[in-house]
Amino acid sequence: MIAEIGQFVLILTLVLAAVQATLPLWGAARGDAALMALADRTAIGQAAMLLIAFAALTYGFVTSDFSLAVVYQNSHSLKPMLYKISGVWGNHEGSMLLWILVLALFSAAVALFGPNLPPSLKARVLAVQAMVGLGFLAFIIFTSNPFARLSPTPLDGTGLNPLLQDPGLAFHPPLLYLGYVGFSMAFSFAVAALIEGKVDAAWARWVRPWTLAAWTFLTAGIALGSWWAYYELGWGGWWFWDPVENASFIPWLFGTALLHSAIIVEKRDALKSWTILLAIITFSMSLLGTFLVRSGVLTSVHAFAVDPERGVFILGILILTIGSALTLFAIRAPGMKGGGLFAPVSREGALVANNMLLTVAAGTVLLGTLYPLILEGLSGGATKVSVGPPFFNATFGPIMVPLVMMMAVGPLLAWKRGNLKTVAPKLVPAAIATVLAIVVTFALVPDGPVLAPFAMGLAAWLAAGTLAEWAGRIKLFIVPLADSWRRLAGMPRSASGMTLAHLGLAIMIVGITGSSAWRVELVTTLAPGQSADGAGYTVTLAEVTRGRGPNYNYERGLLKISDKGREITTLTAERRFFPVANQTTTEAGIHTTILADLYGVIGEPGRTPETANAWTVRFFVNPLVPWIWLGAMVMVFGGSLSLTDRRHRVGAPRRGRTTAAAQPLTAAAE
Amino acid sequence: MKRKHRRLFVVLTSLGLLGAASALVLSAVEDSLVFFYTPSDLAERSTPPENLFRLGGLVEEGSVRRDGSTTHFRVTDLKRALPASYTGVLPDLFREGQGVVAEGTLSADGSFTAREVLAKHDETYMPKEVADALRESGQWRDGDAKP
Repeated sequence: MIAEIGQFVLILTLVLAAVQATLPLWGAARGDAALMALADRTAIGQAAMLLIAFAALTYGFVTSDFSLAVVYQNSHSLKPMLYKISGVWGNHEGSMLLWILVLALFSAAVALFGPNLPPSLKARVLAVQAMVGLGFLAFIIFTSNPFARLSPTPLDGTGLNPLLQDPGLAFHPPLLYLGYVGFSMAFSFAVAALIEGKVDAAWARWVRPWTLAAWTFLTAGIALGSWWAYYELGWGGWWFWDPVENASFIPWLFGTALLHSAIIVEKRDALKSWTILLAIITFSMSLLGTFLVRSGVLTSVHAFAVDPERGVFILGILILTIGSALTLFAIRAPGMKGGGLFAPVSREGALVANNMLLTVAAGTVLLGTLYPLILEGLSGGATKVSVGPPFFNATFGPIMVPLVMMMAVGPLLAWKRGNLKTVAPKLVPAAIATVLAIVVTFALVPDGPVLAPFAMGLAAWLAAGTLAEWAGRIKLFIVPLADSWRRLAGMPRSASGMTLAHLGLAIMIVGITGSSAWRVELVTTLAPGQSADGAGYTVTLAEVTRGRGPNYNYERGLLKISDKGREITTLTAERRFFPVANQTTTEAGIHTTILADLYGVIGEPGRTPETANAWTVRFFVNPLVPWIWLGAMVMVFGGSLSLTDRRHRVGAPRRGRTTAAAQPLTAAAE
Repeated sequence: MKRKHRRLFVVLTSLGLLGAASALVLSAVEDSLVFFYTPSDLAERSTPPENLFRLGGLVEEGSVRRDGSTTHFRVTDLKRALPASYTGVLPDLFREGQGVVAEGTLSADGSFTAREVLAKHDETYMPKEVADALRESGQWRDGDAKP
């Protein structure tokens, strides 16, 4: 019964979305306030309806209602409650429902928190949101109904994929979707602005918080996913340049570019059409990501079972959305004229360069990700290739170097016309830190890859340059400390957020460098009591015990790690066998210090009688790897702090102050 | 600086960047493209591939043998099979009769040495290439539950 309510409200939402996608647009064109105001109510209505539908599906999972096909396929009565709930979005149908729910929640947020938005802009934004929603609602209702019933009702479910039964992955999809779908706001604002024919500083001020929020969620989502892959897959790696990973990384790169170009629109009233285009591309990449993950056209190491026919539907939505948005852009963009001229060496110049580099970097990742598809298409399916990490390391890496180098300089430059001569003295400490970092790294690890010390230098350059800018803002050591403190307290939160986000990247670079340059590994076969030397440590398989978890059986190996007789830690590595799914998962034993992770996994014991007591043991020393997620946390914190800035608060900006700067299209186009 | 100059500057910089990026892409693509072959593909080739490639098919029933931390198995597309080996901990879903994609090189003796065995997260998942290969060898039709 509850599921039928869910099904019913889904269809109601489709009707609401159809209304919201059309009438408010018409109202905005004719200046009809009542029709425009309709969008608010339908947006809130859609969110409420979808919350009911989502609650209905969750209820099905929580009560293990196996007459529902998705519950039967993805749940089991013995599963812990957390994974019954996370099972709601641990499958195709449920995750698409979550996708559309997030979209509706963002629309409702505009309706609720945007009373200061001009009514016509708001109505158009909500109408565009509804168009996107309409496509995906139709997709859910016609191809992936989460409320499909099974008859007769099975006695028990087939269980959620055991790899997904993990706290990290329980929260990864919602965060990722908040990021992916969050970019729909930037998209809708961009398309609405194209319809209005008006882009001004106030517009950018409305777009920025949404983009920032989406970016923050996406950063957190990607970091969580990579952390999960690190400890759950047992390969000791955290990023594989896999299509599914790239699918989330490409929107992140474009989103980061958008975040920065929106600053120029807001502060300098320039780069408008580019920012609009970037907003369209960013969301298109989110859609492309959804398509790549859901259609399975690319072979991924993170592959789950997929249905190609559904992929075609998403591809249709994708083409329709991108096509119509770009057509609109082509018609309207030439009319948009940028204000504020600037010299190449200026804050704007640095931000433009940031945009170019990020876009090119995202382009290479996109090319590498789609290349197998293109080649297969061109050769009629005869040539099958994959593009691996070497490609991405060789293209993405070199593009990032100038970007990071500039990140330290850009914030120091003045708007409009900067002067490198006045900036140079401020960068002296950063230059010293860079040289020190290179020398120290080289002295500590002389036999590692040659490039690694330079990467550490790059991180030091970014960190020291960012700190120099921060110190300059609060006049640290120039005025008395109490004054600096007052300046710090009065510093805009968006500025502190920028400092933190840039510092976070520096920290992350340290982690990426350390873990990819100096990782050492030991693979061996041990029986309980035996030990092996390797990777700078002695690894002893102390014992292997067998037992039962809530819905699995485990083999638990205790790995004693010692360094020249001195005992360091005992790693607990598990292999869990889930009888319901007939599947095994690996739980790595990890000992984290700030300098390195000691990481151990056990494999299968041998199959013959002589080897049945010998386990394959894989042991890694991953230097500095925790810094990657520490850096991501700092970035997320920076983004969140920036979001609390008074000037970013949703609805806070008043257009009244900026109407003078606003240029209606007709005036600008002459 | 005039608008015209700025535009020229931006365009030239973008072109330079794109050029550099294309150079990077072209040089990287050369040696990082990994081709996918099935055992039948390999048998049909006159010269065996020297570089890294991906081998896909099913893990032949009864072929998995452990030797220390090295696992020997045979990859089959149900027409031909190729002996392969991998040293290390295999992914959790590596099992006889299941689809597998392994990345590695051919050894002098004609067997395949895997550097990496690609994991799958889902036992009902069949790598697209493997499904295509089995379809080609006529051993699997769409709609079949599993080969």
